[in-house]
Amino acid sequence: MIITTTWYLSLAAVLFSIGTTGLLVRRNPLIMFMCIELMLNAVNITFVSIGSHLNDLGGQLAVFFVLVVAAAEVVVGLALVVAIMRRQSGTNADDLKILGG
Amino acid sequence: METIVFLISAVVILSGSLGVIFSKNPVHSALFMVQTLFGVAVLFVLLEATFLAAIQVIVYAGAIVILFVFVITLLGVDSAEDLKVEPISGQRPLAVVLGASIFGIILTVLIAAVGGPTGAQEANTSIGDAVDNTRILGETLFSKHVFSVELTALLLTVAVVGAVVLSTRPKGSLISTLGGSRDDASEDDTEEKGRE
Repeated sequence: MIITTTWYLSLAAVLFSIGTTGLLVRRNPLIMFMCIELMLNAVNITFVSIGSHLNDLGGQLAVFFVLVVAAAEVVVGLALVVAIMRRQSGTNADDLKILGG
Repeated sequence: METIVFLISAVVILSGSLGVIFSKNPVHSALFMVQTLFGVAVLFVLLEATFLAAIQVIVYAGAIVILFVFVITLLGVDSAEDLKVEPISGQRPLAVVLGASIFGIILTVLIAAVGGPTGAQEANTSIGDAVDNTRILGETLFSKHVFSVELTALLLTVAVVGAVVLSTRPKGSLISTLGGSRDDASEDDTEEKGRE
């Protein structure tokens, strides 16, 4: 059995779906962030495997920038979570309806 | 050999990602995420993207997950939600259906693309072998994509400033802010000790 690019892409699809489902099911903001990271990792696998398939460096370059953006996103997101948890206790995304009017 | 490594790392990735979703304790989720990220790093090595594999371990497992664990300890682990209570009725089945349908759509596209993905290589963008990978990546980043790298630096600066602004209390002086945060930390400590 030879592992082709399609195998990598299928694995990335499974990982992305798991991340999506977790993001929709879980209500703890921290775990929702982790699920976003899972989805970003799935996309990274896709980029690198396609880049390897076409012998093109662009895939790896894109992954580099995705990593930087993910780091920045996590920093700001966790700061937001900490700021919200100072105002109200309980880590539940369903309680955060102050913008709902 | 490649097949075995791929299958093992696929099992590691999928079991880790399922563990992230199904763990009640956020700390366990963070540790399962480390497992997933290491599996992805192994896949990067397999695809001869050695620099990205190293960065994956250093930045994701070394920085981002540590940040998660740090925030979990700061907020307290007692926020473990009850997975049996469903606040919005029908949310979970709908979420599973949506996730499965996304997977189905992607898989359909993959199957429809007979013979694997197609495309053309951009000129002069060879990824090189595992040894050359880091050098080629660096040369390309700092010649062809130097403006994007500068923008990345700006983005990181904005993120750091934003985190500092968000974590500062709007009212009160600097001293009261520090005192307040110290109080919060000590409260968390006592809570954790009580649980142990």
